Amino acid sequence: MIIGKVCGTIYSTINHPFYDKRKLMIVDKIAPPGIKIDDYLIAVDSVGAGVGETVLVIDEGNSARQVVNDPQAPIRSIIVGIIDDIVINQ
Amino acid sequence: MLLGRVIGTVVASVKYTGLEGVKFLVVQPLDKYQKPKGKPLVAADATAMAGPDELIYYEASREAALAMAIPFVPVDHAIIGIVDGVDIPNQESK
Repeated sequence: MIIGKVCGTIYSTINHPFYDKRKLMIVDKIAPPGIKIDDYLIAVDSVGAGVGETVLVIDEGNSARQVVNDPQAPIRSIIVGIIDDIVINQ
Repeated sequence: MLLGRVIGTVVASVKYTGLEGVKFLVVQPLDKYQKPKGKPLVAADATAMAGPDELIYYEASREAALAMAIPFVPVDHAIIGIVDGVDIPNQESK
């Protein structure tokens, strides 16, 4: 799993039927100490995350399909948690 | 998934079984501010509606094949949807 920060949303009407009524978020990948990596991904929201929140994202197909309970779903990235705090012990 | 811009089409008359009727488009990957990032790639169109200059989002790897009408075809990038709008509040300098 990766840590990310939700920075925006995407709207779409013409899409694969699986993505009907699903919320798509633009998530910036971040390194644990809060350093920004210049990379992003578009993830489906499953927990009700909002813009500006730090989130936990699965970027692996089989796990994502288990979360949505559909073994044929064309989904790889899904937000599965909202992070309150990160503590790193050096 | 990532954002992309359709920049062209690919015509192939000889294709692997299961890919008949599937449209292939050349897609330029974009960053979140819709600026080009990386090399163009060929993606199968799972929406069957994408056209030139359209902003789309695409999926890579095995999930791309799952998006197609026949799910076990040799496809590694597929266009999943056409983007109507991208909303990034408090956008930093472009």
